[in-house]
Amino acid sequence: MSGGVFGGFLAVLGREWKLALRHPSDTLAAVLFFVLVAALFPFGVGPAPETLSRLAPGALLAAALLAALLPLDRLFGAEAEDGSLDQLLLSGLPRGVLAAAKALGHWLTTGVPLIAATPIAAAMLNLPVEAWGVAMVALALATALLSLLGTLGAALTLGARRGGVLLPLLVLPLAIPAVIFGAAAIEAASAGLSAAPFLLLLGAGVSLAAPLAPLAAGAALSSD
Amino acid sequence: METEDGPLARGRNLASGQPILDVLDLACIRGDRAIFAGLSFSVPAGGALLLTGANGAGKSSLLRVLAGLLPAAGGEVVLEGTPARSDPAGHALRLRYISSQDALKPALTVAENLAFYAALWGGEVTPALEALGLSALAGLPGRVLSTGQRRRLALARLALAPARLWLLDEPSLGLDAASVSRLGTLMARHRAAGGAILAATHLPLPLPDAQELKL
Repeated sequence: MSGGVFGGFLAVLGREWKLALRHPSDTLAAVLFFVLVAALFPFGVGPAPETLSRLAPGALLAAALLAALLPLDRLFGAEAEDGSLDQLLLSGLPRGVLAAAKALGHWLTTGVPLIAATPIAAAMLNLPVEAWGVAMVALALATALLSLLGTLGAALTLGARRGGVLLPLLVLPLAIPAVIFGAAAIEAASAGLSAAPFLLLLGAGVSLAAPLAPLAAGAALSSD
Repeated sequence: METEDGPLARGRNLASGQPILDVLDLACIRGDRAIFAGLSFSVPAGGALLLTGANGAGKSSLLRVLAGLLPAAGGEVVLEGTPARSDPAGHALRLRYISSQDALKPALTVAENLAFYAALWGGEVTPALEALGLSALAGLPGRVLSTGQRRRLALARLALAPARLWLLDEPSLGLDAASVSRLGTLMARHRAAGGAILAATHLPLPLPDAQELKL
């Protein structure tokens, strides 16, 4: 290979980035979904500020993870449909590295825009302003974990009938720790307590999944 | 594994006629149907093999098994003396596979589509576009290309960095006469450098002295 493994990783990542810039509809759909779900909560539970702030941490996490799931079934599906997956598998790039580039690409084009939209959603859920910073960090870690687990899910369900339905069923149960610790961190911050222990636990989850999920996804990838 | 000067430089030292690809007793099963079994052949350096046969005879499946994209139900694929299953990653680097799908992204320009593969395999984009007569289209997005232009862009991947074995699935489908002759030049150059070609086709291809395997 000309550029080595790292060069190949950057090539796949750069392509993901360029495709997302030219076709921002997937990214926009995820962000709008996130904001709309946050906007629906006040209608359902009533506009009482205390009720809303109590719900806010969990609602933010759940909405963000569901939004980040939206573009996942196209992650490898679009490549398989146009024949690019064959070429990627024959590129000489280790499959785990290919999956890692895909996971990072998903996080940059879906997770990061969701983090940027967090203040809007947080305002609609009446989350205290002091907790917004922690909410963005918690969402950054939670969406990173979902990108990693989601890449594994997308590789496993590739080619399966109704893969789009199977994918959330496979990935969301694994993302439960992200919801628990993410929401706990935001709750601690809004109560004026330290969010660090929960964020560190979330970070531990991300650093565990960062090498393992792409390896497993690479092993599951096939254009069969 | 280098593609820049490795396989082809070695190829020039090989006596022409020495087999590059050896296929021994190969079998392929899809679902519960045996597509082919007991298939054995070899392709020499500079050689070409045309795969013919009715629709559904297993031409595309054979190419995918040889590329390592489909598992073989039995038998052995040996490329340049190395069994494919002992080193799948190295096997992939010694070949180029042009499937019936063009594998291009409509949102990227012609040059960007090819530049991605140049980053993976090495090689220069501009001469590769030139070789297939695509230079004038370099800045156009993939979505505006015609069927034949899309096919030429897929074939331009062959002109990037050298690889010993080309596996081509209906390479000339949708091409005009001028493009077929450009493909012919490209294939002749590859064979002269000691490469081998396997092509599944229903159309006449400019491959002089090609052997034929009817599936």
